[in-house]
Amino acid sequence: MSVLVLCERRSDGIDEPSLQALAFARALYPGTSVHALACGVAADEVAPLLGAYGVETLHVAEHEVFDTYAPHAVARAAVELAGRLRLHALLAGGSEQGNEVVARVGALLDLPFAANCVAAEAGPPLRVTRVRWGGSLLEEALLHAELALLTVAPHAVAAQETNDGPAAVERFAPALDDADLLVRVRERARAAGGGVTLADAKVVVSAGRGAGSAEGFAPVEELAALLGGAVGCSRAVTMAGWRPHTDQVGQTGTKIAPELYIACGISGATQHMAGCKGAKRILAINTDPDAPILESADYAVIGDLHDVVPAIAAAIRAARNEKAGAE
Amino acid sequence: MRILVAVKRVPMTGGTIVLTPDARAIATQHLGFTISPHEECAVEEAVRLVEREGGESVVLTLGPPEAEEQLRDAMAVGIDRAIHLVTDEEEWDGQATAGAIVEAVRAEEASSGPFDLLLFGNESADAGGYQVGVRVAHALGLPCVTGLKGIEVRGRLVRCEQEVPGGRDVFEVPLPALLTVKEGLNLPRYPSVPGRMRARQRPIARHEPQRPPARLEKLRFVVPEGERKEAEILGRGPEAAPKVVELLDQLGLLR
Amino acid sequence: MSSLPPRARAVVIGAGIVGSSVAYHLCRLGWDGVVLLDKGPLPNPGGSTGHASNFIFPVDHSKEMTQLTLDSVRQYEELGVFTRSGGIEVARTEERMQELTRRIASAKAWGVEPVSLLSPAEVKELVPYLDERVILGGFFTPGVGVVDSLQAGTLMRERMVAAGGLVVSPRTEVVGIEVERGRIRAVRTTAGDVETPVLVVACGVWSPRLARMAGASIPLTPAVHQMIDIGPVPRFERCTRAIEFPIVRDMDRNMYERQDGTSLEIGSYAHRPILHDPDEIPSLEEAALSPTELPFTQEDFAPQLEDALELMPEIVGDESVGIKYAINGLLSLTPDGMPILGETPEVRGLWSAAAVWVKEGPGVGRAVAEWMVEGESEIDLHSSDVSRFHEHQKTRSHVKARAAEGFNKTYGIVHPFEQWSSNREVRLSPFYERERELGAVFFEAAGWERPQWYESNASLLEEYGDRVTRREAEWDARWWSPIINAEHLAMRDRAAIFDLSAFAIFDVTGPGALDTLQQVSLRQMDVPLGRVVYTPWLTPSGGFRSDLTIMRLGDEHFRVVTGGAHGMADRKWLSDHLPENGSAQLADLTSAWCTLGLWGPRARDILASLTSDDVSHEGFPFATCRTIEVGPLRVLASRISYVGDLGWELYVPIEQGARLWDLVWEAGRPHGLVAAGIGVYGTTGRLEKCYRAYGAELESEYTVVEAGMAPPRVKDEDFVGKEAHLRHREEEPAAILCTLTVDDHASASGVRRYPLGREPILTRAGEPIVDAKGRRSYVTSAGAGPSVGKHILMAYLPPEQAVVGQELAVEYFGERYPVTVAVAGSTPLFDPENSRIRA
Repeated sequence: MSVLVLCERRSDGIDEPSLQALAFARALYPGTSVHALACGVAADEVAPLLGAYGVETLHVAEHEVFDTYAPHAVARAAVELAGRLRLHALLAGGSEQGNEVVARVGALLDLPFAANCVAAEAGPPLRVTRVRWGGSLLEEALLHAELALLTVAPHAVAAQETNDGPAAVERFAPALDDADLLVRVRERARAAGGGVTLADAKVVVSAGRGAGSAEGFAPVEELAALLGGAVGCSRAVTMAGWRPHTDQVGQTGTKIAPELYIACGISGATQHMAGCKGAKRILAINTDPDAPILESADYAVIGDLHDVVPAIAAAIRAARNEKAGAE
Repeated sequence: MRILVAVKRVPMTGGTIVLTPDARAIATQHLGFTISPHEECAVEEAVRLVEREGGESVVLTLGPPEAEEQLRDAMAVGIDRAIHLVTDEEEWDGQATAGAIVEAVRAEEASSGPFDLLLFGNESADAGGYQVGVRVAHALGLPCVTGLKGIEVRGRLVRCEQEVPGGRDVFEVPLPALLTVKEGLNLPRYPSVPGRMRARQRPIARHEPQRPPARLEKLRFVVPEGERKEAEILGRGPEAAPKVVELLDQLGLLR
Repeated sequence: MSSLPPRARAVVIGAGIVGSSVAYHLCRLGWDGVVLLDKGPLPNPGGSTGHASNFIFPVDHSKEMTQLTLDSVRQYEELGVFTRSGGIEVARTEERMQELTRRIASAKAWGVEPVSLLSPAEVKELVPYLDERVILGGFFTPGVGVVDSLQAGTLMRERMVAAGGLVVSPRTEVVGIEVERGRIRAVRTTAGDVETPVLVVACGVWSPRLARMAGASIPLTPAVHQMIDIGPVPRFERCTRAIEFPIVRDMDRNMYERQDGTSLEIGSYAHRPILHDPDEIPSLEEAALSPTELPFTQEDFAPQLEDALELMPEIVGDESVGIKYAINGLLSLTPDGMPILGETPEVRGLWSAAAVWVKEGPGVGRAVAEWMVEGESEIDLHSSDVSRFHEHQKTRSHVKARAAEGFNKTYGIVHPFEQWSSNREVRLSPFYERERELGAVFFEAAGWERPQWYESNASLLEEYGDRVTRREAEWDARWWSPIINAEHLAMRDRAAIFDLSAFAIFDVTGPGALDTLQQVSLRQMDVPLGRVVYTPWLTPSGGFRSDLTIMRLGDEHFRVVTGGAHGMADRKWLSDHLPENGSAQLADLTSAWCTLGLWGPRARDILASLTSDDVSHEGFPFATCRTIEVGPLRVLASRISYVGDLGWELYVPIEQGARLWDLVWEAGRPHGLVAAGIGVYGTTGRLEKCYRAYGAELESEYTVVEAGMAPPRVKDEDFVGKEAHLRHREEEPAAILCTLTVDDHASASGVRRYPLGREPILTRAGEPIVDAKGRRSYVTSAGAGPSVGKHILMAYLPPEQAVVGQELAVEYFGERYPVTVAVAGSTPLFDPENSRIRA
């Protein structure tokens, strides 16, 4: 018996969630041989990397459709491969793509699928703990299936290197029909501007309903610009139409991972906190010293954002002028 | 165009989630309910498409009798009619949900003609299973594109946009198709008073599907222990600014 | 985290508008070391203040509420958080148009001006988005406005924190209240314990829970008020201020509509009563919005949408205007619709400032603080007194039943004598079955069922023919019967018996009993055994606290008899004045004794036929009491009268009451005895005799001198209010209580009208009458005087108007009726020599 981990490529190799899924799979089935499936990758580049993360055999699916993202074709390839291997489980990272592809595998095989697991105990039946409500709640569940399908919630486990040699490579050309090829990325539209994106920003400055209006975000924008960061907001703000949804931090918005998250006038509802768990540090600016966000924050300033934020901006400019003067 | 939108009734949770004594559900006696956020956008999109292209929109849900509220919510913003797959309070897993929806869609198409578009949420706010739409599409033999923040119908083709780091991936599939969408696709409208009043008159077809045994069987919920921090208070009001700058400097964020 | 001082002068729980205001005024009145707690954050701790619609319509039929509201408006204005918008109560029915004229009258009676009636077109001019075809008119109060109640609370707290008298501690939850020997000792909180002699519960919908911690009762229930907010409204696009159009109350639909920025807010009291339990309110953490903003229940609001659409189709019918916010907001309801204020009767030092809405919040804060610091408030709060409740009125069942019944009357047309229909037949006198057989129509008093009149006396109508006035207008005749007047005449001619079991009866005994009663009573209480004394009880400033009778039954034994409605408050007042050393005890015998009144010229003959004891005038003088034998019963007979005729109050233990009734009834039949209701006892009988009633004529705002009840000399012993009373006797009274009669009842349509009380007294030219203390003249009581053939009104008038023969007017349903001062002072209109009671 063995496990199969679907590995998502990234420009410089394999994405982090896939590597975490590998670690999760090895911990779940110690000693079982670990197979990986990667589509449209350069095998010689990826095999050493995956080998180092414990993959015995790397299966590379080859087809022109894999030049781009084609989730249904990936699922077809996985199903074909699963038919050849005797598998306990098929896993992927809990990224958007990972969840989508494993869901498609579940549909093709008519098997249950547990998304975003943080823990599992081998069965049968496999017992999983999975994330719900964007992380505000965990569910313990049994997965009743010969072949367990699951994805691993991001950061549930850390990727773990094993120092093994390169994975053995097996190439195959999956049988794909026209319908399988239909769903594929036709073009890739780059975002205009090239400003800092919310997901990648090192600093995110965000505000909630307390901003009062679309215009109320001016000091927040100024501070973000001064720090080279991005502007975020709560769901109430996007629902009010003050900011575009792309600025929304939270369960149904963007999940951020900055060095510093400056949350202004944000109380800390569960849905919002689900989006900023990845922040290394949180500075809360809030009129209420007992607001829930202070239980997750590292630093706090008690006060109204309309008073505090402009003062910080002014102090930053002053500090920079001083530095510039000193140099 | 004929469009089906599938929605789910979910509680509007507050700051703290409280469980029922058996830990198998969220205690909702104080909570209101809503359509799961992604699906609110699906509803809005369906209404806009029918406003533009003509045709009919149908909202479908699988849930307890109270889920009628969400069907009325959808009809209040312009959906024409509703199908309610009435269940008991027990939660259905993704496979079971998809199975019941597939059956209902087939019955609906048999009586009223095929749908051009089926819109689902990418994942529900509560269960986060990421699979019902995908399963329904497969069972109905429809192409399926997920996680969309842009939909544009061009004749018998639909152009779909997915947000990815650094930009958007564009798909294009022929109709009929099943698309799953995410919040941010559009800004859903609020219902108007006439809309609310019309919604009360619009028809709801009810069916009571049988729940198959769960294959992803929920045992219980656990509220994760959040890491409680004691925030360091840097100060009060604008006077705290120098301390904040000091912190930014320490973190190397001033340059 | 907040840190609390270990000791405080007073701790106020709840930092909504009410608690903030109480704390503010306590500090203003000089208390130092006041602590204000709230379990929620500031400035919005999550109670009802935070989601209030924040508008204020000052006019109410209740004088007490109007005064509290007017004071609140003054305070909000002083704080700079009041925005005048004007407000219009619109009528969809003819009956409502009538009611609006009655509201105009109340506005004039309480001094809220200007107000006016508007035609539909005039309403449309002020509120252009309203469909004037739906309405018949409107009642316009330009002084209506909206307030920022959260900001008001913040300013109040900030001022007193800055002044140094106040410590504010948010996010501090009370976990226990320590009571020692019936007094508050300390409050335990999540931020530490505070020793305090005074604790104020200003916790809105949570108040019952806090009171229970101390073993007291604040009988209110959280109830849902549904509210939606729709917008953005194109017409309001350019509105820069929160409110630029008058607020509309759609009275007949129990709804209101107000512009709020670019939105229109629609609120309703029309839906089914949705009552909650204080223990079921979610915590701050669990609540999705705030603990008092519960999920909206769509189906309850559906009819209201249609009503709103009908009234304001331009906005409500606009497809582009969305429902942006909808809540089931919690507010507090009480069994009688009034706030719950004052020190609880159960625990000394535990004060309630609950069931208060934003419109009266600051006024209540000031009044309660005055009451705490000075022993009384400038505004008479007897209708809001927490100690007014009888035990059965504190039950969940009663509170819920009455709150549910009252909810849909929030904007209702409520007749002044309207009876409750829920939770009746709680207290039944031993005469009840006899009364039912006689066709009694029961009114409720303090939970007791009391006959108002007897249908079986309809035959008397024929006997008295034209001497009994019929009322032609349905409103005047509602909750009324001409039989009352016929019973009255039968009493004056022969005799009548009355069920007076609703009296509250307290025995005060022990070596300190006399001193105790001297201390609270204006009149001399050191009287011979067997004397009955009618006496006012005064407030420290010499206003009326109560009026009642006290029998001296022994050297150290007194029996206090007072009206049921106010009995519980009297009991608290009395027990508050018991000596600390325990030398006097108070026993509540209300449920041990029943009372049968027997009055009329034949009363003596009837009683004499039942007893061998001497009941002659000489043998049993007026204002004395003694135990006599009536058949097999020992009866405490007290020769006094509130109807102005010869007779007695007869007291027996409750289980013997039915027998007493039967004996008197049988003995009385040959004398033409009738059973008469409270319609005679409480209105016609006393008004002819110019007897005053507590709560009507007698209030803390008026003095004994003004009421014409000053004794010839003041006793030497000290008593509450003595100093003030002595001063009042030296001053020229600002007003004199007068009895007036209506000269002409004919309205413009020819229908004869009969004012029922609380109407403004005006000059014949229609000008309001204001005394030197700024008080308006209004009808304190009104009713028929069958024996004098007049409709009688009582009113306080300034001395220059208080002249017999002075011609004035009363405004009733929009018309003025001529009245004339018949008596200035307390000389009875009927039998001025009092020969009857002294017969």
